[in-house]
This record gives sequence, C-alpha cells and structure tokens, in this order.
Amino acid sequence: MARIELDHIRHSYLARPKSESDYALKEVNHVFEDGGAYALLGPSGCGKTTLLSIISGLVTPSEGQLRFNDDDVTERTTEQRNIAQVFQFPVIYDTMTVAQNLAFPLRNRRLPEAEIQRRVGEILEMIGLTDRADRRARRLTADQKQKISLGRGLVRSDVNAILFDEPLTVIDPHMKWQLRSQLKQLHRRFGYTMVYVTHDQTEALTFAERVVVMFEGQIVQIGTPSELFEKPRHTFVGYFIGSPGMNVLPVALDGRVARLGSSAIELPGGVEIGKGSTIELGVRPEYVRLGREGLPVNVTKVEDIGRRKIVHAQLEGRDVAAIVPEHEDIPADARLSFDPRGINLYADSWRLELGA
Amino acid sequence: MEKTWNNKAWFMVLPVLLLVAFSAIIPLMTVVNYSVQDTFGNNVFFWAGVDWFQDLLHSSRFWQALLRNLIFSSIILAIEIPLGIFIALNMPRRGWGVSVCLVLMALPLLIPWNVVGTIWQVFGRGDIGLLGYTLKSLGINYNYVQDPIAAWITVIIMDVWHWTSLVVLLCYAGLVSIPDAYFQAARIDGASRWSVFRYIQLPKMNRVLLIAVLLRFMDSFMIYTEPFVVTGGGPGNETTFLSIDLVKVAIGQFDLGPAAAMSLVYFLIVLLVCWAFYTVMTNFGEERER
Repeated sequence: MARIELDHIRHSYLARPKSESDYALKEVNHVFEDGGAYALLGPSGCGKTTLLSIISGLVTPSEGQLRFNDDDVTERTTEQRNIAQVFQFPVIYDTMTVAQNLAFPLRNRRLPEAEIQRRVGEILEMIGLTDRADRRARRLTADQKQKISLGRGLVRSDVNAILFDEPLTVIDPHMKWQLRSQLKQLHRRFGYTMVYVTHDQTEALTFAERVVVMFEGQIVQIGTPSELFEKPRHTFVGYFIGSPGMNVLPVALDGRVARLGSSAIELPGGVEIGKGSTIELGVRPEYVRLGREGLPVNVTKVEDIGRRKIVHAQLEGRDVAAIVPEHEDIPADARLSFDPRGINLYADSWRLELGA
Repeated sequence: MEKTWNNKAWFMVLPVLLLVAFSAIIPLMTVVNYSVQDTFGNNVFFWAGVDWFQDLLHSSRFWQALLRNLIFSSIILAIEIPLGIFIALNMPRRGWGVSVCLVLMALPLLIPWNVVGTIWQVFGRGDIGLLGYTLKSLGINYNYVQDPIAAWITVIIMDVWHWTSLVVLLCYAGLVSIPDAYFQAARIDGASRWSVFRYIQLPKMNRVLLIAVLLRFMDSFMIYTEPFVVTGGGPGNETTFLSIDLVKVAIGQFDLGPAAAMSLVYFLIVLLVCWAFYTVMTNFGEERER
C-alpha cells in the first residue's frame, strides 16, 4: 500500500502545448492518503482518466512529479510501480480458463504455485465464480467477464494501489450495488489505496470516503459527500452533484441583500468582493420552500418522482427547481423562499465564504 | 385477422435464381455432361460412362500433378502465414507510417497475375535479369529453365512476394481491432512480449487467420498464370500443377471428356480440403475446451 502524491502534475497530449487550454490536465497538487478510498468524479473529457493513467504509468505527465511513499516514480513503468487497474470494458484472456485468467498476473511474477492457488481460490470465492473456475473465460456473460477483470485487479496482495476506470459500466444495476459493496468490504478488510473513476455521482458518493470532483482538466473540489452537497466550492459541483442540480441565479449584490430583477433575497451573511466579477446565488432544490410567503413565481411543471415532487417554477424569468414532500399541496399563487442554511454565493463560479 | 395465402413472393427470387443458373449451375452441368461422353467435334457425342474418371484415377500424370500442387500449397502456406503475421505485428499502429505501410503492402496485390509472372521471368533471367545476372556473377548456378530446384524456388518466391501482403493486411486488420485496454491490462499484469502475442494477439487474429489460410490455399491450389508465364510447367513437367495440366489436356490435346472429368475431381478436391480446414480451425478452440 502506498501514499500517492501528485506534485505540480500537468499533462498535455500535444507535443508543444501553447496555451492553458491545450492541457488535458491542468496543474494538480493532491495527496491520496495510504489506505484511502477515493472517487474521481466528473463528466466525460474532464481529465479524470488522464489523471488515473498518470498514476498507473500508462501516461507520463508533461510536467510535475509523482511520488509513492516519497519515492519518485514519475519515470517508472507500470510494472515497476506495482499497480493494479480495472478498465471500463472487460479485458479477459480469451483462450484461458477463469482460474488461469486470475492466476496470470501472479504467474508473470513467478509466485510459488501454492500461493497462486490460494490467492486464486480466495478471489474466485469473492467474485462468486468458483463453480466456473475451469470454464473458458470467453463463454461468460459481460458482467461475469468484468468480475474476472476485477478479480485480476485484486488478486495481487502487495500492490501499491488499485485503480478503477468506470469498472461497473457494463454491469446490471442490481449487480452494481452488490459489487460496489464487496469492493467497500474489501477496502475495509485489506486497507488498499483505491482510486475509482466514474461519472456517476451515486457510485462516487457511495464508494468513496473522499470525492475528487474534476471539471475541464482541473480539480474543483475535494470533499466528503456531505461537503460536496452542502458547500459546493464551484457552481459546477453544485450543478453536477444532486438531482436535480443546484439552482444558480445571477444576482446583483447590495450589502446583505441579493437582487434578482425586482426580487430581493436576504443573505445569511455579508461579504466583500471587488467590482467586475459575476455574482451568482446557488441554492439546492432541497432548500427551496414553496408556500404562501416569499417571492412570486409561476409554477411551470410538477414531476412526481414517488416519495417527493420536483416543482419547476419561473422566478423573474429564470428556472428554479424545488423539491417538496409528496403530500404537500402546491398553492395556485405559489410563493418561494430560500432556506438561509442552503444559500451559497459565487463570484466567477467560485464559492464565497459568507461572514457574520 | 384473415391471412392471405399466395405464393407470388417466390417470383421475387427469380432474378437471383436465373443469375445463379446461368453463371454457375448451367456451366457446371455442361462440364458434367462432357465428363460422361466422348466427342470428336461436330456435336457428335458418344456415351462413355465413368470411363474418363477411371482413366484419371489410374493416371500417374494426374497423381503427380496433384502431389506437386499439394507440396506447393503446403510450402507457401508455411512461409506466407508466419511471415504475414510477423510483418503485421511490426507494422505501426498509428501515425504517418500506417498509410505508407498499407500502400506498400497493397502494391503487389494490384498487379495482374500475368504481369507478376513476366516480372519474375525477366528478373530471373541470367542474361538481362537483375536477380539472375547477379547470382550468375556471384558464381551461383541458377537457371530456372533447366534446373527443377531453381524453377521451384522461383515460383515459390514469386508467390510469397505476390501474396504475403494479403495475409499481412488481414492480420493487420485483426490486430488494430484489439482495444488498447488489452495491451494496458497486459502491461499491468506484467505480461511478457510473448505472452501478449500468445494470449491476446493470436486469439484475436483467429478469425482472420482462418480466412487467410482458406484464401491462400484455394488460390495456390488453383495457381495457373504465374508459373505458366515463368516456367511454362517445366523443366519437363516439374512445375506442371493441376491447372496447367488441365489446360494442356483440354486445349492442347482437345480431350474434352477427360478434361471435364479432371475439372470435376479438381473441384471436389478444393471443396473437400477447404471444408476440412474450416472444420478443423473453427472446432479447434471448442475441442480443447472439454
């Protein structure tokens, strides 16, 4: 197991990057603590796979240093780094049996046969394929194949870290839960350092202790699931996490009051900011109240999602979503208010800390 | 709901049926017709039964040609398949080199058969050919017109030069279709270069290799133009393959009955060997399973 340190890492797939936008991965400084379970969350093309490939050694970063337990490994090969990685689509060796597939990484490292048998048996048990051990891997279904890929990632006990690149994409939804909880169990039992790349917020939030949210090649926030939810550091985090995402409204600041058209919204605290930046107000739908008090709105659509309702309304020509309990009535001339606990203020998309 | 029953849809297959009838079935049946009769021209036919077939199976000339053909096919398969795989493995997977390699590889395939024959016929000549002249100056006795070994070597090298590209292109297509993740996973699993070939590349090339073997076998078994242009079947009958022999019988001697019988047997052999290859290669994996 290892502590993974990214020191001023930048990467561009171009030979001579000219501007900031040529970098697939903008400057990253981050430490993955030994034994931590991390998720890298972000939309396609945000650089999360690039970051993962830099850790595994499939990509050498253009700039910066990568350290495992204070050892510089930037120039080392994947094999020397002793990393396990599970890919998005199942990678299996067609001509081998399930057991041979699992034993492959161990045989390549010339482990004693008894040890190999023991480890393979353990993993077979875990992924539930013991009865298919001597079957050819080619004949299995996609999710069984992916379990083999997972198993091959987990079979080596001495790895520095296990990296997952959207490993559950091809797995059925009900199996996803099962496999994810198995991974968590495994993490607790053996204390592997695990980094899990995904674009699925549920997957990230349930798997990881700390979630690293990436957007356009940079890390915008690192935090626990509740931090990401309550205090999104960037409007992107607010928008990307949560369903529906955070309401972001452009406002003008007037002391402790935010003005949106003719509506005024009282802020829970004051803040000093320079001129010229774009100010936005962010409130999660969970903190929007609908009732007879507050700002006048037009309700445009109500979606019933079972235990709750999502109400879409227009406030000063802007769409606002609110989550209301299933049995609450929506008044005809509804008015809307924001819970002060849920009010965040953003300057140029970055969160401002509100004073007293 | 009431169903309407009519068989008018069958008329839809009529064009295809006519096409197949005129392009395959009728010509084939003509050959069958010739193979059981004897003729001296003027559309006068005499019933001959299976006589031509009996004669053929007892003719040493036929068996020798068949043996030569089988040896030839085996040799070129043994050279072209491994060589093709080797070249395909060493071709670049991306960058400007890809198109350069592909064009170079496709060149021999674009040249008509008789031109290939002529190229090598001239190339190997001792007086004006680059290869023949060079070998002669080096003191090596190389004369494909008189020496059977030299004739065979020339015909084989010519075929390898002409057709290895086909195997290369097929294998290359199989190789580039392997997702990068396989190679990355292999690196992470610590696989050696040989393991990558044995467990990833070869299994993924299985299908295209089957096609390559079938195509190369059929083509080499039916080879006619190139050796005919270079050696004309000689020296003696040393490079007289089945097709060359067939043409000699049919057009040289105008023995239409025996030639027709020979065509049919020839056709059956090609069919049989291809079926055998196909069965063996598609079942190979399955048999090892249990």
